[in-house]
This record gives sequence, structure tokens and C-alpha cells, in this order.
Amino acid sequence: MQPQDDRPLLFVNARLVCPASGRDEIGSLLVAEGVIAELGAKVPPTARAETVDCRGHVLAPGLVDLGAFVGEPGAEHRETIETASRAAAVGGVTTIVARPDTTPPVDAPEIVDYLMRRARDTASVHVYPMAALTKGLAGAEMTEVGLLLEAGAVAFTDGPRSVASSRVMRRAMTYARDFDALICHHVEDADLAAGGAMNEGELASRLGLPGRPVAAEALMLERDLRLAALTGARYHASLVSSAESVGLIARAKAAGTRVTCGASVAHLTLNENDVGEYRTFFKLTPPLRHEDDRRALVEALADGVIDVVCSAHDPQDVETKRRPFAEAEDGAIGIETMLAAGLRLVHAGDVSLHRLLAAMSTNPAKLLGLPAGALTVGAPADLILFDPDAPWVLEAARLKSKSKNTPFDQARLQGRVWRTVVAGRTVYPYA
Amino acid sequence: MSTPSEPAPFAFPHRHLLGIEGLSAAEIEGLLAAAEDAVALSRQVEKKRTTLRGRTQVNLFFENSTRTQSSFEIAGKRLGADVMNMSVGNSSMKKGETVLDTAATLNAMRPDIIVVRHHAAGAVALLAQKVDCSVVNAGDGAHEHPTQALLDALTILRAKGRIAGLVVAICGDVLHSRVARSNIILLNALGAQVRVVAPSTLLPTGIERLGVEVFRTMREGLAGADVVMMLRLQLERMNGSFVPSVKEYFKHFGLDGAKLAYARPDAVVMHPGPMNRGVEIASEVADGPQSLIRDQVEMGVAVRMAVLETLARHLPNA
Repeated sequence: MQPQDDRPLLFVNARLVCPASGRDEIGSLLVAEGVIAELGAKVPPTARAETVDCRGHVLAPGLVDLGAFVGEPGAEHRETIETASRAAAVGGVTTIVARPDTTPPVDAPEIVDYLMRRARDTASVHVYPMAALTKGLAGAEMTEVGLLLEAGAVAFTDGPRSVASSRVMRRAMTYARDFDALICHHVEDADLAAGGAMNEGELASRLGLPGRPVAAEALMLERDLRLAALTGARYHASLVSSAESVGLIARAKAAGTRVTCGASVAHLTLNENDVGEYRTFFKLTPPLRHEDDRRALVEALADGVIDVVCSAHDPQDVETKRRPFAEAEDGAIGIETMLAAGLRLVHAGDVSLHRLLAAMSTNPAKLLGLPAGALTVGAPADLILFDPDAPWVLEAARLKSKSKNTPFDQARLQGRVWRTVVAGRTVYPYA
Repeated sequence: MSTPSEPAPFAFPHRHLLGIEGLSAAEIEGLLAAAEDAVALSRQVEKKRTTLRGRTQVNLFFENSTRTQSSFEIAGKRLGADVMNMSVGNSSMKKGETVLDTAATLNAMRPDIIVVRHHAAGAVALLAQKVDCSVVNAGDGAHEHPTQALLDALTILRAKGRIAGLVVAICGDVLHSRVARSNIILLNALGAQVRVVAPSTLLPTGIERLGVEVFRTMREGLAGADVVMMLRLQLERMNGSFVPSVKEYFKHFGLDGAKLAYARPDAVVMHPGPMNRGVEIASEVADGPQSLIRDQVEMGVAVRMAVLETLARHLPNA
């Protein structure tokens, strides 16, 4: 981080958009000592303050990205906390919630502690670790939920793995419930989806690729929803990708079960046809689905059935992607593009700006108990200033991530972040 | 010390002692009073009575337990019975023979009392149906361990002078514990206020309907408690299956001085043994001034004498 003076920062002529309160008005916002000191239509000028003329652009809470892979420890050739946080700053993400499926996995308090110290020393945005739900991500024995929470873990997940044993999952949920800990689960019956390379269906058949059926996701999700009802645990389905899944979540919510779900920007904006001629940058977990599924996800986001929109940031180096489709690694980067790509839904008129920003900031912050996602006096000044309409063309080579496996290379996007502020300090553009 | 008299007879219309469930408060109190006499007897030089002279007592243990088995053995011998120990856990009977076959074989040897420990809930009652003698349940699975509950009650009674109105917190692996179940029933019958304190993974479904208040932290569960009863956590349940680790379990549920301070200053600490020091209980507490753990062992013999004597009243030719 660059040294900066500690002068107050006054944003004037800003379109203040707070998805938590519904505020949407032209006004000013004063940042002092790292927190939001004042905001509203009229904020008296402060003598010492550095003034930023927002020219009517949107000033909103910084984004909270639930479930990004940051490479540390063990995969520093793909990403580091430093590079991920630089990408985040450019993309308007002020809080990264890191996945624990690292090497070694984050399944012990010492590793949480290590990550917190690495983040303190190298990150320009907030980085909070999630911890493994089971030891070694092996799906057999629960981790030290109490000690991990104390060390700073904000949620529990086995990353891209599902806990196959219903008995283990039940016990982990029962135990986590006592601590009111959030469990984020990848929902796919790995056995049923084994060997699959893309969404099962006509296209996979034409391409001669083995499929991963929607039913594999529905099976695991339905089991989890029953266990959530049985145990009373706080449960979040990390990434849903199909119409069937959002239907299941909607029913569980209507029945009063404490469940939430998320979807990635890629699954909301792309479909299986993008795989085209075996383009491995579109090979994801879960796989991109049929256009009908994508439409159902967008509708579910608009209706509030989908609570969280995330990047599912998964940096892969070129070698693991330049392979025959079925052998290539899954995953795409996305932290730097989540806002701009997500805004496609707003420009298309499918989702309101408030709804999108809530799913990218307010809702994940609330789930994790983080002081973010709202423009409130006294809250940490994690802010983004962006022009939702500015057009640009994405060039993968210019992305800050250490890996460049974006599905949006050469995409025409609308919406650019002009400034990102974390705890009152400007982290982008780099001062 | 005066010479203890024969215990005052009280109504006990049961051939077996299979559980605390089904006993009336008067019957429990009768057994405890009889056990008081046995305590006095056991503290004399001459510890023997002749109540069971000529009787044969078989200790049939399908699950090894040195402590309980020796306690029953001493109890039987002090009453003059011929005691035989059968540890089926390491005999040929383990290989294929059913509980009922074992019962039939044993019955043919004409014992008067069989003391049975079995790893399966309900197995002792099943065996009791097939024999002509009295049967004492020395623990069946996670179901009941009636003599443990009686000895715990006697220990509390002697320390506190009463049971009614006391707040008793039973802490730890309630899910797998026959000790917890028998104690919950007995303490409720005698008017105590019973709590269980454990992580949710170690609590059986619907436990609150057994007449207990449920707590998931020691701070809340021990607040104002008169008696803190710790349960043993089996090794195979420690590492990730029911609780994440010994370290985490001890931190949240292990009884150390700091957690004991939540209870009343005159609270007593109990444990059915054998203890896992540093898992469910710290040595400072186990060996501390509030601990009644050694007393429990002594009361165990007395209570078992009382039970054997009481059941012997109904034996043929008694």
C-alpha cells in the first residue's frame, strides 16, 4: 500500500446508492479516520478535506466477494493474496472472502492465523479466510469449528468439494449450529457427476463430451436442505447453476429453513453455448448450463431467491487450461470483472442496480457478520465510485490477477470503477 | 461406630433390577437407605453378612469393565455369596453364540443372581426373560446403568443431605451415556432439577422431553449448579466424528477450575470413571477439594450390596 496522508475525503456530487437502506440520491459523503463520518444531500464542506467530484457517478459500498481462491498457501504460481487484492481493488471488491481449499487446506487455527498475517502484510483490501468444514477437505471428520472461529475464520466450506456422507454433514451442521457458524457448501453429487466435463445435454452429446447432469446438483442440494431443516444450521449453497436448484431453494425458504444461496457472475451471464469449440476458459464448476437455466438464475436474483452473487474467482495457469477440454482444469478468474460483467444484467433491464449491489455487498456481509455493505455513518469507509455506463473492452493481458483465465477476454463491458476506498484509504487508482 | 442392624425392609416387588425407569421414589429411597447400612458395614473390620450364603452370583460381562465387575464381586462376597466372573468379552462365547444361548446355558447352572453388562441396549432385559433367577443390569448399551445412578444419588445425598431441589448439571457425552439416562430418571424422581450440558452432536434428539433443561455452554449450564456430573468421552468419538478434537472439546466442555467457578461455590464434582484427564476433566478439579469421585467408588460397593440383598428377598427359599 502506498503511504497516504490522513486527510478527510469528501465525495461531492455523488449518486449515493446504498443497497442496505435503499438510498439513491445525489449528495455528498465525508470519510474521516477510516469511517463514513457524514452523508446526505447536504454535507457541510470541511476545510482540510480532499474533495472528489463524482460527477454524478455511483458511490456505493465496496463489494464483498464470497469465495475467491487466493492461492495462498501453496499455489502462489496461480495467485497470491497481493495479486488477488490488486485485482479486487480494480474491480471494486473491498472484501475478499478466501476459499480454504489450498495446500495445505485451511483446516487448523494456525493456518487461519498465517493467512490473517499474510493479508495484513500484503493485501490492499480486506481478506477474510473461510476454514475447511472437514479435516483435509476429506469429508470424514469435522474441523475445530470453535477454535477456527476464534482464530478469525468467517465461514466453513470444503470449497469445490461436497461432503458425500450425509452422516458427516449432519454432524458438522449440528456442531456448527451451536456456534451459529455459517456453512457454505458446494452442491454436486460427485459420484453422479464423475468424469463429466460440461453440462449434460444435447450440446455435450454433439461435442462428444461426458456430461454433468443438473440432477447431480439437485440431489446434493435437496439432501442439504433436509439436513438444514433437521439441524437448524445456517446453510449457504455456494454456487447454484440451474432452474431446478433455485426452485428447491425457494421452497426451502418458504418453509422457513435458514438457507441462502449464491451464484457466480459467469453463471448469470454465460451459458453452455459459450463453450463453443472446446474453449476451456468456459469450463467451470459447476458447469455452465442451458440458457433456460441462466434465465431462471437471473429471475431468481431479481426475486431475491439468490442472495449472493460472487466471482467464483479461480485462477488457473495456462498449462492446466491448454489441454483437451475434458482434461483441462475447471475455473475462471472473475474478481476484477464481477461488477462490470454483473452490470450486464442491469443494462439488460433484468435486475435493478440495488438488487445487484445488495447481492454483491450487503447480503454476503450480513451472512458473514462483517461490518460492510452499507452506507452508514460510523461504518468502515469501504467504498467504490463507479460509472455504470462507461463502455470498455476487456483485455485479459491487462488484468491484475496472476492468472489470465477469464471468460470475458475481448468482451464489450459497460461499467468502470474509478476509485476504490478501503477503510478510508484509496487503494485504486494507486495513489 | 455401632454395629449396623439388618436393613429395614421396604416394599420392592421386582425380581430384577433392569433400570431406574419403573422404580418408585419410595423404592429408590429404600435402596438408598439400605445402602447407607452397607456403607457402615463396609467400614468395619468384619465386613461380612450372611444374607446371600449358599447363593451363586454370576457376573456376566459381555463388555469388559474391571471397575464395575470388581465392585459387584466385592458386594456379593461381603454378603456371603459365591461369586463367579464370566468375561464374555474374551471368551469363546463371543464367537457366534447369541445372548439367549448364553442365558440358557447359564440358567442350567442354576445361579441365583446374574449381573449383566452388555453393549447393546435392551440385551439385559432380553436375557432376563429367559432365566429363572434375578438379573441386575450392570449397563446395557446407551440405555441404563441403574446401580451407577443409585451410587451417584447416595454420594450426593451424603454430601448435600438431600436431593430434592438441587440443581444437577450432567455434562458431556449424553448421547452415548447410559449413566446420564439412569441419572436423569432417578434425579427427576427424587425432585432434583436436572440439566444436561453438551455440544449438540452429543445430545440425543428429544432429550428435553426426558425432563432436563438443555444447555450448550458450560457457562450457562453450570451457573448455580449444586452438582456437576461429568461424563466420559470415548476416544473414538473425539477426533472429528462427534467433536472436532480433544483440544477443542476440553476448551469448551472440559471441567477445569475456571468453568467450575460458574457453579455454586459449594458445588461438588462427580465422574463415573474411568476419567480422561485433560479431555472432559482437568486434574486440578478431579483431585480438588470439591471432587467426590473417590467417594463414588466406595458408594458403588454399598449400593450394589443393597441391591443384591433386596433382590435376594424374592429368591426361592428366601
